[in-house]
Amino acid sequence: MDESGAPAVALRGLHKAYGNTKAVDGIDLTIEPGEVVALLGPNGAGKSTTLDIVLGLGRADAGSVELFGQTPRAAIAAGQVGAMLQTGGVIQNTSVRELVAVMASLYPTPSDVDKILATTGLTEVAAKQASKLSGGQTQRVRFAIAMVSDPALMILDEPTAALDVQARHGFWEVMRGYAAQGRTVVFATHYLEEADEFADRIVLMAGGKIVADGSSTEIKSVVTVRTIRATLPDAEAAELAAVPGVTSADRRGDSIVLTCTSSDEALRALLARYPQLRDIEVRGGGLDEAFRQLTATSATSSAGAGAGATVAIDESEARA
Amino acid sequence: MSGATYVRFEVLRTLRNTRFFIFSLAFPFVLYGVTVSGNRDTKDFAGTGLSFALYYMVGMVSWGAMTASIAGGARIAAERSVGWVRQLRITPLRVPTYFGAKVLSGYVVSALSIALLYVTGFGFGVPLPFDAWLRMTVLILVGLVPFAILGIWMGHILTIDSMGPALGGSSALFALLGGSWGPIAGDTGWLHDLVQLIPSYWLVQAGHSAFTGEWWPVKAWVVLLVWSLVLGRLARRAYLRDTLRV
Repeated sequence: MDESGAPAVALRGLHKAYGNTKAVDGIDLTIEPGEVVALLGPNGAGKSTTLDIVLGLGRADAGSVELFGQTPRAAIAAGQVGAMLQTGGVIQNTSVRELVAVMASLYPTPSDVDKILATTGLTEVAAKQASKLSGGQTQRVRFAIAMVSDPALMILDEPTAALDVQARHGFWEVMRGYAAQGRTVVFATHYLEEADEFADRIVLMAGGKIVADGSSTEIKSVVTVRTIRATLPDAEAAELAAVPGVTSADRRGDSIVLTCTSSDEALRALLARYPQLRDIEVRGGGLDEAFRQLTATSATSSAGAGAGATVAIDESEARA
Repeated sequence: MSGATYVRFEVLRTLRNTRFFIFSLAFPFVLYGVTVSGNRDTKDFAGTGLSFALYYMVGMVSWGAMTASIAGGARIAAERSVGWVRQLRITPLRVPTYFGAKVLSGYVVSALSIALLYVTGFGFGVPLPFDAWLRMTVLILVGLVPFAILGIWMGHILTIDSMGPALGGSSALFALLGGSWGPIAGDTGWLHDLVQLIPSYWLVQAGHSAFTGEWWPVKAWVVLLVWSLVLGRLARRAYLRDTLRV
């Protein structure tokens, strides 16, 4: 797709603050052509701000962005970048076909309009008013618009947030075909399942920072946090927190709540030390819990690292 | 790769917008028909020396064209609200082309509004030589420039919910002060001096030029230029604030 040998996306020391909130707090990221990368993180992690800066929609306070070795504006003008933003509808008084065709006319070497309509499953509704489509169809129109220049790099900001399960499935089906042609895809999501299923590489973001970056298997092992609840009246929380596999412990009356990176290891150790342990319950923690965990350990001193991280720091201090 | 297709698309979309049509075309037209049919024999309206049919034709032309011009840019508010402007910013489309398309759309509807009222006025027996029609039209089209810019500014500072009242209110105010519906100030005095600083006054005078046979005085050009520059400055600032907000 690209002969320059430059990475598809190169971010260096990116910073962006809104008032006192550091939305993006020092991001370095290189994405090679052909990679399918998920930016995974909870709301407020800085994913959208980062993608806005990548697209030149927002200006970074510090740092640099290069897409295929060029500025975002130049890469966009050359038709190398397509994007689906998080929010957005389509305009009125136009048919689907007309809208896609006019967007294609803006690019130096656009794709064939009929082909795009067919790929995105819009052929049947091509003559309809673009503003009168269902949510899933509107999303497909926006996807078709992102594809009109046949871009080498596709940026998607939570592309399936507004879709039901079936439409979500259909969307990724099309996206998979697109990526299979060697294109670069970068998408933001807060669903671990979505990132896991579709991306080769997951970049985990929280509090404006990258907290982990690796293959989906690597990331899954990091973010798979489990909680053990049990009844154990006579044990200090501090003592429990020291049990192998346990990262933090909390006491609620006679019950204890342990957050674990390895619940298997923790359970073996707990049962050996406290044979009286009963009412044991092991629960898979959500992504939010995992993020809190990761940010609590990585964002040690940054006070403005976003609400989630701040809460986590407070909690770990309270427990210690 | 050209913006021409996008500009044509914008004009076409405008012509399909029925609400836009009703306010910019039908409203002044109907109002003109109603007011003139009762007063078509008035030859000297309010001491202006102009017939009622001519005075009101010119007044309605200025009002209708002004509304259409402001509305052209004001539609940016709706496109901002659905995120369309952001979508366009990640295409090679240049910002001046986007604004130009809005201004041109406004001008196309203005021109239709003007033509419709000319034909009606002609039907009511407004007698004017060809060069008078031409001079009037040229001056009106120039006089619309500050209003087109005003529309772009409003499109960036207002939401679609507030756009209706703001659009109706501002065009009515400018029409009233400019004298679209009748002269509000005499030929002398402070009020007369004051309304001369308002661009819509000159829009109405552009119409009267057909009768007086005179082009605008220098003052008119200065007033229109200053309004255009100031509004352009405001529009530019609003645009930059809007785009760098993210």
